[in-house]
Amino acid sequence: MATTTASGVQSTLAGSPGRRRRESLIGRFFFLAALVSVVITAFIIFTVFEQAVEFLLAIDLSQLVAAGWFPRRGLFDIATLLIGSLIVTGIAMLIAAPIGILSAIYLAEYASQRVRGIVKPILEILAGIPSVVLGFFALTFISPNVVQAINPSATGFNLMAAAIAVGVLTIPLVATISEDSMKAVPLALREASYGLGARKVTTATRVVVPAAISGIVASLILGISRAIGETMVVAIAAGASGGSLRSWDPFAPGQTMTAAMAALATGSDQVTGDSAAFQSLFFVGLVLFVLTMLLNVAGDVFVRRVRQTY
Amino acid sequence: MASTPSSSVTTLAVQRTLAGRGPDWRGTIFALLLLGSIVATLAILVTLLADQFVRGWPVYQERALDFLTSPLSSNPAKAGIGQGIVGTIMLGILVSIFCFPLGILTAVYLEEYAPENRLTRFININIRNLAGVPSIVYGLLGLTVFVAAFAALGFPNNGRNIMAGALTMTALILPIVIITSAEALRAVPRTLREGGYGVGASRWQVTRKLVLPAARSGILTGTILALARALGETAPLLLAGAILGTFSSPGGLESLLTGPYTVLPMTVYDWSRKPQEEFRELASAAIMALLVITLFFNTLAILLRNRYQKQW
Repeated sequence: MATTTASGVQSTLAGSPGRRRRESLIGRFFFLAALVSVVITAFIIFTVFEQAVEFLLAIDLSQLVAAGWFPRRGLFDIATLLIGSLIVTGIAMLIAAPIGILSAIYLAEYASQRVRGIVKPILEILAGIPSVVLGFFALTFISPNVVQAINPSATGFNLMAAAIAVGVLTIPLVATISEDSMKAVPLALREASYGLGARKVTTATRVVVPAAISGIVASLILGISRAIGETMVVAIAAGASGGSLRSWDPFAPGQTMTAAMAALATGSDQVTGDSAAFQSLFFVGLVLFVLTMLLNVAGDVFVRRVRQTY
Repeated sequence: MASTPSSSVTTLAVQRTLAGRGPDWRGTIFALLLLGSIVATLAILVTLLADQFVRGWPVYQERALDFLTSPLSSNPAKAGIGQGIVGTIMLGILVSIFCFPLGILTAVYLEEYAPENRLTRFININIRNLAGVPSIVYGLLGLTVFVAAFAALGFPNNGRNIMAGALTMTALILPIVIITSAEALRAVPRTLREGGYGVGASRWQVTRKLVLPAARSGILTGTILALARALGETAPLLLAGAILGTFSSPGGLESLLTGPYTVLPMTVYDWSRKPQEEFRELASAAIMALLVITLFFNTLAILLRNRYQKQW
């Protein structure tokens, strides 16, 4: 008697077979949607990898080390592009790291609710400005008014102007992630600090910042990743679209990995005939993809460490 | 006990100690530094906007409607952003159609349906990593997958049409839509779902009638921000077939979908590369139009979020 009731209740709770079938169909449909993003990743990795390997097989490997990056002349010196990316990313982070972190401390520790309500949207507006706009700004404003004011011998197109604009573009990202991690620091830590008689500045720099350090590091790593991947600013402001000699001079025109890809893409009509130059696009893409992926994974590890602590 | 503070020597001493050792110079300097960094950011933003306005506004004063509707041209006195505006609007519509249902379905699967297993974790990690892939790499995907597919299907113009561009942009912003939608779904309290199950609703009924309506504004905010990102993005379209330079558009929906296309950011890029000073003015004017569009969506998203923040 009791068992029949139990099984009766169970079957009632499980619902009619029709309803169960419908439910499982819906679930499977959603699963298919979720698989699309996996398929996209697979396509990216597969196509980029395949063409990059074809490129490496097609050229003489000694072509990868040359005096510069001139794809149409068969000189594929990847070091030129890596140095360009390093210069741009380095200078960009010299701007974005201090301004971003200090802004984050201000927003998390100092700003009143009202000021926060004004400043936060401004950062978000800055984050929403298309990079092509900042590229144009770098070329027409930063280069003549800032870079050439510092170094009059700088050319109109130069890596420095591009790097400054990339730094501006990275500020909101660094500030947002850093601020989130500082906000996650429990109030009790601050109260304990004040209870010991510490001042606000001491509490912020000696208690909150160390407690939020993994989030701050994550913001910097993700900022670096963002700066390396930035394309339009460098493509517009750094010049050297035909190619560039290996150089460490930030006040001269130069190319980054992304700008070299943009240059190959915009000349793609001419390039398609020359298969090695066209495929070098995928080789550079692969290097860029792997680099940013490593940075993102590293950043992710730090972000999750914040979540685990508190 | 009831005496005023000033009357007690002890209270005075305690007060003096609590007030600290004179003015706090280090604190003041630090606060000024923080304020300075915020002001610097603000100043950059204002300079950027003012610079575009000063250079671009005369173009609108001279030929407002003509500039907004004219096609691209190598003659700066005739060139306009008509084709760019049409392309950007089309791209926005197509991306919304392709991306939003897919992104929201994925988010619903991950938050409401997915079992806690290795595959789900893999999908989650995969999406987070996709969000950090540089936009130009998506251009490679667009070129080798979407453009190539349209070319193979016999579409005109070698498959370089706005549908290929929109699919590329969809791939680019899909992770953003998924992540923000999933966050909005996660913010819906468990008790709401349990209440639904308690009265005998199925998972789908709980999702559709309770969870999705509750997360609506958060999802909307995320999708609008993603759309703004797609409309301002240039790099992937360099590879995914947008035209850099002049072309003629015969009009009609078919040529709109399958013919050559460009978008506003592309026009800005094209003009910024030209040496003539006139094209720089045009570029600033085009930037003003682009900023009006992208900042409209950004502001809309911010307002939406502020309005519906902290529901729970």
